[in-house]
Amino acid sequence: MSKRHVLSIAGVNKTFGGLKALTDINLNIEEGKTHAIIGPNGAGKSTLLNTCIGRLKPDNGTITFEGTDLTGGNMTPHGINQLGVSRVFQTPEIFPDLTLLQNVMIPAFAKRDGAFSFNIFKGLREEKQLRDEAMHLLEDFEMQNLAHVHAGSLSRGNKRRLELAMCLIQHPKLLLLDEPTAGMARHDTNRTIDLLKKIKERGMTKVIIEHDMHVVFSLADRISVLAQGAIIAEGTPDEIKGHPKVREAYLGTAEI
Amino acid sequence: MQSIVESSRTRDTFTLLIFIAVVLTAPIWGEFIGAGYPDLLQKFAIFGLFAIGYNILFGLTGYLSFGHAAFLGVGSYATVWSFKLLSMNAIPAVIFAVALSAIFAVVIGYLSLRRSGIYFSILTLAFAQMSYNMAYSVLTPITNGETGLQLKSSDPRVLDAALGVEPQAVPLADLFGITLNGYAGFYFCAAILILGFWLSMKIFRSPFGMKLVAIKSNQTRMEFTGFSPRPYLLTAFVISGVYAGLAGSLMAIVDPLAGAERMQWTASGEVVLMTILGGVGTLFGPILGAATIKYFENIFSAINNQVLESAYSFMPEWLSDIAILLTRPFVGEGWHLMLGVLFMAIIIFLPGGIIEGVRRIGGIFKKSKQIEEDA
Repeated sequence: MSKRHVLSIAGVNKTFGGLKALTDINLNIEEGKTHAIIGPNGAGKSTLLNTCIGRLKPDNGTITFEGTDLTGGNMTPHGINQLGVSRVFQTPEIFPDLTLLQNVMIPAFAKRDGAFSFNIFKGLREEKQLRDEAMHLLEDFEMQNLAHVHAGSLSRGNKRRLELAMCLIQHPKLLLLDEPTAGMARHDTNRTIDLLKKIKERGMTKVIIEHDMHVVFSLADRISVLAQGAIIAEGTPDEIKGHPKVREAYLGTAEI
Repeated sequence: MQSIVESSRTRDTFTLLIFIAVVLTAPIWGEFIGAGYPDLLQKFAIFGLFAIGYNILFGLTGYLSFGHAAFLGVGSYATVWSFKLLSMNAIPAVIFAVALSAIFAVVIGYLSLRRSGIYFSILTLAFAQMSYNMAYSVLTPITNGETGLQLKSSDPRVLDAALGVEPQAVPLADLFGITLNGYAGFYFCAAILILGFWLSMKIFRSPFGMKLVAIKSNQTRMEFTGFSPRPYLLTAFVISGVYAGLAGSLMAIVDPLAGAERMQWTASGEVVLMTILGGVGTLFGPILGAATIKYFENIFSAINNQVLESAYSFMPEWLSDIAILLTRPFVGEGWHLMLGVLFMAIIIFLPGGIIEGVRRIGGIFKKSKQIEEDA
């Protein structure tokens, strides 16, 4: 089996003022695997993801995606996305004024046409292939009935699912998920887990931050535990479950 | 908000044909509302074009520019200079105006779009006021300052001279022999308005237009989705700047002079009002808003005591006196008050502008029809 690393984080530090948010993070994400990052609130999980997509610059260290350094000075969020990294945010970032179908079509255009294109002479309706693809994806998400509804009127859980659909239509090489099931009803959580399992079968690499242990243990191939900005343990789900340091820092009170 | 509507090609063609028919028959239906004279119809077309273009920036991306009058002025000056130096033909004048306003829009847009929100508005306002003041002072050799740029029979007009066209005593713009004043002037403006409307419709129905609305809707998501927002914003800014330049050019074509007051901030504010009054981000709204404001400006400002007296002549004298007392402040020189009241009423009761009012009325008809059908 190949052990190619899609994403390599090496020696990353990040401080906010006097606060050490990330301390010497080293992490390798293997191709095709689902890697979960867990840890108590304020452990630095979201900060770590933000450094991967260009939202934050680490103080030092390197983040390499398929050989490209993402921490370089000329790396922009849209540039990183164009390399093949998509992200689901902790609070859903969608286009509330557009319909669900349009919400899904926009990322598809980004994938097809690049960061800028002035395409005004072919109407949206004539983009048949792209429309069909977007509609098909909405069907996978059981949201085809809502295709022409404005996304702003969706429930929070549905907004999350829509955002996931927006990421998936880009067929990213690496998908970063920041608590993809937070605020969802149990039923929706289970549907999302099923969806993510399906993606896993297609071999998409994922990094997932999650509080819900049910989600983590049903999806993750590997788990890293972050506490106070440092990785305190890494291993397979079984290893993590039995890890004394992890129990002490994080899982001590949780039922598994 | 319904700015980006997915519409079929046949429906769009139908809409466009209706639009063309309405514009071309303006002299006929204008008669019924007292607007059937070329001066006012020209203004409808010119400011309609201005507002359509402005809406591509403000309506789709949500970036509120407060300096679009600068491009109006640039278009006018460029046109008059083309008349002075090249030819009285409108075609080179329009091309020159478009090119120059596009260059201005690239520079001002590039600098202003480094900020968003209120800071963007202030930057555009600053650039427009700077242009206005420079036109009055240091640029007098180009703009002829306070007097405004005018044509003289002694202007070189090299193209006309080379073609042996006799200089007129009072030079007027022409299109290969057709003098562009009166109704000919209106139809020239109307043709460009139709072209402008067609392009605006293309943008509204295109992926490009949808992406502009996406930027308005959530710029963060746009960036993390792989789009670079700035080139999109700059393109929209330049397109709307060119529309404004074209409108300014048309002003100078139907009446060949250019003055700095066209660049003043009030002129920039007017196009914002037009767009909001008609309906921001809609295809027809801006043009309706522009026509409404120009209609008020020309019709209500012309109403004086005499007109009011004859309008109220059916009332007993004491009642008509009261009626005149009450309506007088809103007409004549007071037409701005009328416009202000109308504007406030629309913002409060129809935040979507006139177009929302039209849609609501349409909705009532649809409902009553449905009830009939159900019965």
